[in-house]
Amino acid sequence: MNASATALQARGAADAPAASAAKGALVAAELARDFPILSRPVRGMRLVYLDNGATTQKPEVVIEAESRFYRESNANIHRGVHWLSQHATDLYEQARERVRRLLNAARADEIVFTRGTTEAINLVAGSWGRANLKAGDEIVLTAMEHHSNIVPWQLACEQTGAVLKVVPITDRGELRFDEFEALLGPRTRLVSVVHVSNALGTVNPVARIVERAHAVGAKVLVDGAQAVAHQAVDVQALGCDFYAFSGHKIYGPTGIGALYARREILAAMPPWQGGGDMILTVSFERSTWADAPQRFEAGTPNIAGAVALGAAIDYLMAIGLDRVAEHEHRLLVHATEAAQRIPGLRLIGTAPEKAGILSFVVDGIHPHDLGTILDAEGVAIRAGHHCAMPVMTRFGIPGTARASFALYNDEHDVAALMAALARAQQMFGGARR
Amino acid sequence: MSLGHGDLRELYQEVIFDHNRSPRNFHRMDDADRVAEGHNPLCGDQLTLYVRLKDGVIDEASFVGHGCAISTASASLMTEAVKGRTVEEVEALFRDFHALLTGEPPEGRDFGKLEVLAGVREFPVRVKCATLAWHTLHNALTGEAAPAKTE
Repeated sequence: MNASATALQARGAADAPAASAAKGALVAAELARDFPILSRPVRGMRLVYLDNGATTQKPEVVIEAESRFYRESNANIHRGVHWLSQHATDLYEQARERVRRLLNAARADEIVFTRGTTEAINLVAGSWGRANLKAGDEIVLTAMEHHSNIVPWQLACEQTGAVLKVVPITDRGELRFDEFEALLGPRTRLVSVVHVSNALGTVNPVARIVERAHAVGAKVLVDGAQAVAHQAVDVQALGCDFYAFSGHKIYGPTGIGALYARREILAAMPPWQGGGDMILTVSFERSTWADAPQRFEAGTPNIAGAVALGAAIDYLMAIGLDRVAEHEHRLLVHATEAAQRIPGLRLIGTAPEKAGILSFVVDGIHPHDLGTILDAEGVAIRAGHHCAMPVMTRFGIPGTARASFALYNDEHDVAALMAALARAQQMFGGARR
Repeated sequence: MSLGHGDLRELYQEVIFDHNRSPRNFHRMDDADRVAEGHNPLCGDQLTLYVRLKDGVIDEASFVGHGCAISTASASLMTEAVKGRTVEEVEALFRDFHALLTGEPPEGRDFGKLEVLAGVREFPVRVKCATLAWHTLHNALTGEAAPAKTE
């Protein structure tokens, strides 16, 4: 098994030729060739894909890993005595090990596969929340959370009588750390905070948040959906208790993601969903539960998705997350400067610590109209409230246009975005007399 | 399926820019007989629609709210187009208008100024922008209490 794991890793690295180039600044145009979809024309034009916050594109190695699983390795896991089932189980568990490596968790059994970030947060709210929250307990969130880190807690509060406390944000889109500290108290059970805001790009000071939260005995969940593909994450260094992310935002397939949870916390958590694979024994009188992480993986999981996520992690780690972070930061600085030269454009989210997300509004043009006009130029962005309606309310706007970067984007993409914005302004402004 | 700049020009016609910039009947109506809320959850477009009826005929229609150019212009054009029509005529017009936007215009119907919204047919995701006001009007006329949604 060790030998096959090593062979698999070697194959993963060999499949990413651009990634194995000498370390230095990465060359986005070379990496873009690893992504088949980026060479297809859209509306007869080169696709300028700047909607990576919604989902990233997939490299050939990921597409191939998922397809190869079905061609060569498909069987159900953790139950068959036959060779193929053992083989599929090995691949699935190797993928768990890759997630461990990505997050630098201490142990692979601290990783639970889920459908994505949303399901991971719902798992914590439904299992840990139901077991640990009672009337009057407090959950601290921030004003920049995605709906998926708000609604599960509202549901948990309805069931348990716990209450939500919300940390406000500044005009630049930074967490008000003083207000955060003021909200912490003896009733605080959990702080659930986004690592990188999907609507603003703000990077939150997670390690400091964890330190303060732990000081009052609260647990900390980090929504890492917009973080893991763009910077190296180390859950042990952060010190958080839970960390959630989605595979499809890290160059992997949809329908697979993971929850990291500290071992002793996970061990004490009751089951969330019941079914096959999560039990030790079942009788009509009483059932007993499997150990974590199996206890939280009822039913046949997305095996092929997990294996392909493992391939995505290999791909990304072979390039190096520090190089990706550096590249995307450079691109963000460049795009920010270019955007600031456009009259009537206002950036939403100008925190000093930002990931590769450029959210903005343009005078006199609704974000939805911008989205349509940019699309006609082959530029794919997101327009709307980004599932973060409280953020839009905070800034008094119905929505924003958002360009979000990935490792395959470069200055040409930014130039195409800016040219399309100029055209939108020309259309709307030109009609003004 | 390629989309040219011609299609974009057809979507964003001068009449649409005009109604977006200066929407007609854009005000509250304190003596309205019917009021309904419309909301497009995807893009956050929101409007409140007011209708005053006289003997089964729409005497006045007005709206307030915010939305994209297509949604605002469509609401504005609608308040003009429905004035003086019976409730039944308005419902029939909505059906035909929706068919126009989805590329199956009924034969022989004269849409008047509403015709400028036909360009939406090349942009399926924008159909709901152009129909939000109409769904809301439908709810106002049929007394549906829940806010109108386009999906």
